[in-house]
Amino acid sequence: MKISRKLLLAVAAFMLSSSALAANAFKVCWSHYTGWEPWQYAQDSGILKKWADKNGIKIDLTLVNDYIESVNLYTTGQFDACTMTNMDALTIPAAGGVDSTALIIGDYSNGNDGIVVRGGKTVADLKGRDILMVELSVSHYMLARALSLNGLSERDVKVINTSDADIAAAFAVQTKAAVVTWNPPLQQVRQQKGATLVFDSSKIPGEILDLMVVKTNADPRLKKALVGAWYETMKAMSGGGQTQRNAIAAMAKSAGGTEAEFNAQLTTTNMFYVPADAAKIALDPQLVKTMDTVRKFSFAKGLFGTNAKNVDAIGIEFPNAKILGDPKNIKLRFDLSITEQARDGKL
Amino acid sequence: MANSDRKLFWGVHAQQPKWLKIILGTLPFVLLLIAYLWAADVRHTENPDDKLLPGISQMVEAMSPLMFEENRRSGTYVFWDDSLASLKRLAVGVGLAYLVALWIGMNMGVFSGMESMGGPFSTFIAMVPPLALLPILFITLGVDELAKVALIFIGAAPVMLRDIYLSTKALPREQLVKTLTLGGTDSAYVYRVVLPQLLPRSIDTLRLNLGAAWLFLIAAEAIASTNGLGYRIFLVRRYLAMDVIIPYVAWITLLGFTLDYLLRVFSRKIFPWYHGGGK
Repeated sequence: MKISRKLLLAVAAFMLSSSALAANAFKVCWSHYTGWEPWQYAQDSGILKKWADKNGIKIDLTLVNDYIESVNLYTTGQFDACTMTNMDALTIPAAGGVDSTALIIGDYSNGNDGIVVRGGKTVADLKGRDILMVELSVSHYMLARALSLNGLSERDVKVINTSDADIAAAFAVQTKAAVVTWNPPLQQVRQQKGATLVFDSSKIPGEILDLMVVKTNADPRLKKALVGAWYETMKAMSGGGQTQRNAIAAMAKSAGGTEAEFNAQLTTTNMFYVPADAAKIALDPQLVKTMDTVRKFSFAKGLFGTNAKNVDAIGIEFPNAKILGDPKNIKLRFDLSITEQARDGKL
Repeated sequence: MANSDRKLFWGVHAQQPKWLKIILGTLPFVLLLIAYLWAADVRHTENPDDKLLPGISQMVEAMSPLMFEENRRSGTYVFWDDSLASLKRLAVGVGLAYLVALWIGMNMGVFSGMESMGGPFSTFIAMVPPLALLPILFITLGVDELAKVALIFIGAAPVMLRDIYLSTKALPREQLVKTLTLGGTDSAYVYRVVLPQLLPRSIDTLRLNLGAAWLFLIAAEAIASTNGLGYRIFLVRRYLAMDVIIPYVAWITLLGFTLDYLLRVFSRKIFPWYHGGGK
């Protein structure tokens, strides 16, 4: 009897302390992609811890090896923040009712995503071919954009859903097929014999955005710490000198490639190294147009789920108070306030 | 009264009347359903658009267009098209694996020459994890049907083969001696004595390996595909559409259960002697 009471007290004390701890500890996830490698560096270099300490919190950064799994884990509530693209932020957490904020616009893909075909020279040559790609991903979105810009539609091709891990190997033997993929597999695919890049994301600049997304109701200290750590990391990787060399070397290693490969990928990634540049794209009216294209594509593919009756079901809010879709159901927000604080040096 | 001492549930001598058996059998299902609905309700009170645990009505709403409406792009009924595609792959892969396993396994069990040649090799092949072969299969056989069927075959055949080989070896040697002394030939022994005894046993082997075959089917469809039950699950996983995934998993379970049941009934009907008597 005595023992069990002691045990009960101990358990209660443990639960109290862990919940008290939980209020100050936050979990953030990321996955491998050129534009997200800085997060690993932010952690290893101590920059992330420095900003967490400054805000009186703890940040637990986790690498989730499978990209889509990381977004799903964020959506189901395992993480407070996670890296993802603008399209996935809209179709997974926002469509799943998780009010999310695009806290950091890290970069846009400027050639990091591409369409490669063997024995063809233009997008028109895709007609009638098998297309290997991850269906319903940004690759699918880019294919739809490429086809429509060239007067074709998805009916003109046959899509084979192929895991991104196997795309490069599959393309090596599917001599008639074309692929749509992103870096690093894109780099391997392009190097194959007879392969031609017929379209890439630099033809639709600013449409594939890579973000750090956070729950809208998350603790403001977490938001400040993440933005602060990010721009300090950006400074390290672009500021020149030994610090930059170290940072690039560390990121190349974390990405699993050579420095030359990583630098090549950086040239097709339009990084926003300073908060002012990220603020500029967030305020550009083009962002609203892009999100309109993205949401129309997503709704047409059924990615909003069965609850959504029309394309306006989910509201998207922009910094200039412009709203797309239902203003009563805003689930994706582009919030500039903390980026502006970073820009003005007030973090 | 002795009867009042009779235990209903606990105890090695406990006996359950029929009504209690039915209740006990359904209880875990009901508990699972209640737990699910409760958890779904909790999550939906917090977030009405929650995708992780959809309610029953959401699943019905998500599934009905897949089941009863023609897909605009492909012109097929998605759910039935997926089911048919998957069942075809499973039938071809497992069917071929079964025939090869039965024939080679039986001959290995009877003829020492076959045994010496096939024994080490089949043991070796059975140790290769089939899923690790998947990338190689896709490169050598392409992303069409062949690679998927081959994966199921490679996954199922060696295990079934070894099982049938062991069953053959376990037959009493007296049967061979008797067959030969009565003037039977080698092949008469194999096809008139061994095979009839192995057939019901091989159906058990088949039943036990169906689960693994499903696993290989789903894995192959997840990697490169244009239709199939596994394809759909991994496709809609991209946007966490549990309202489609959960019914699909339930459907796969039901199909597996039905196949197993049909094989059991078939075996009882054709080989009543194997199941303990004339029933």
